[in-house]
Amino acid sequence: MTPAGSETKSDVKPPLWLLAELTYRCPLQCPYCSNPLEIAKYQNELSTEEWVRVMQQARKMGAAQIGFSGGEPLVRPDLEELVQEARHLGYYTNLITSGVGMDEARVKRLKDAGLDHIQISFQASDEELNNFLGGTKTFQHKKEMARMVKAYEYPMVLNIVIHRKNIDQIRDILEMTVELEADYVELASTQYYGWSRINVDQLLPTREQLAKAEIVAKEYQERMKGKSRIIYVIPDYFENRPKPCMNGWGAIFLTIAPDGTALPCHEAGQLPIDFPNVKDVSVEEAWKDSPGFNHFRGFEWMKEPCRSCDEKEKDFGGCRCQAFMMTGDAANTDPVCDKSPNHQALLDDVERIGKLAKEESTKTTEEKPLVFRNMKNSKKFGAKETEPTT
Amino acid sequence: MTIDRVDIPEVAPTFRFQWEEVQDCYVVLYPEGMVKLSGSAGEIMKRIDGKQSIDTIIKDLETTFSENNLEDDVIKFLEVAYDTGWIRNKK
Repeated sequence: MTPAGSETKSDVKPPLWLLAELTYRCPLQCPYCSNPLEIAKYQNELSTEEWVRVMQQARKMGAAQIGFSGGEPLVRPDLEELVQEARHLGYYTNLITSGVGMDEARVKRLKDAGLDHIQISFQASDEELNNFLGGTKTFQHKKEMARMVKAYEYPMVLNIVIHRKNIDQIRDILEMTVELEADYVELASTQYYGWSRINVDQLLPTREQLAKAEIVAKEYQERMKGKSRIIYVIPDYFENRPKPCMNGWGAIFLTIAPDGTALPCHEAGQLPIDFPNVKDVSVEEAWKDSPGFNHFRGFEWMKEPCRSCDEKEKDFGGCRCQAFMMTGDAANTDPVCDKSPNHQALLDDVERIGKLAKEESTKTTEEKPLVFRNMKNSKKFGAKETEPTT
Repeated sequence: MTIDRVDIPEVAPTFRFQWEEVQDCYVVLYPEGMVKLSGSAGEIMKRIDGKQSIDTIIKDLETTFSENNLEDDVIKFLEVAYDTGWIRNKK
């Protein structure tokens, strides 16, 4: 049972969200990818039958949303089959894709299989930057696919990861989403995990950039009201209170990594905690009984200043992975919180990067090259443990 | 918007309405989200099928639950449902 001992099996509410990371293979090489650095180690993907079993078990427990994600989920030739099964089980089925590997025949097959929604990611609003960031020539194809998604009457979410290299184009990006008739737009600021963490010096926007971007985002939110819902989340490094990460550990989110590892979130694999694998145990056992999923359930595990904080039920102490990356102890308060003794170190780091950005723009220093997300770099950077840097 | 009792509403294609056994309620599902409906909201949504007019739906609810004057409550809910885009009028 849990070291915290605050929850019993019957207290554990069922997962609502199943994130099925079908594969870490991807034709793109985005340097801010949220996949783990160790992608090269995940060769042993679950089979179609194993995924079907996972979907059945999670649905029976109460999961209502399923996200087919990756890597690039279109790489899996059994995607249509999995979507069909998921829909048959009663899931609301979401495909989270780069659009690469998609064509009209596949959009139609997925529609016939019962797919409910497609989210396409764009790297930028101009071809050159989009292709540079993705490490491939995909921009025109993505736009074509977005039009196709609309033509087949899917609700469409366009997701654009925002960072220092593209934040100044936010108006053009929003214009593109208007042109493509997105139903929802997620301007998702890079949060610094996985690949983006090792590229943070080159990706974190400055405070000035953020302030300008926020004004533009607000303008479009007003303008597109009723037509398109625009969500803009700033990097939490600039906040004073942490995000209620995953709405609490093991509360509603269940991620299954390509090899079958069950995780409370897609970043949690980096923590020094043992997580169960659905090849060995049922989804219910993994969710309810495994020490990994119970590790940070409830509030008993908390240290000060979280333990006595009257906001702990609002934000659950923030993100365990961020606490681990920045302080070396995942049970510490997320340093984003200004009550954390490590908050000043985070502010210092943001300031250091801000200076770096200014020096780059005035060309006083040479810019460090981005580390692109690919199997070669995974073998190089994923082999060693990431050291806490603040 | 003004709601006319002859209008025939349907669930918009970008939303899905269904019963969730584990939640023990009707829900509206949309990209990466879910809204749990109250018992009465569920009863109204259940009758929105692109065939019945609002007038028929109100009368059906009043008969089923042996209550009069449900119109105001139904209209109030429909306003929210149209506004959030869950339902639209069948063309």
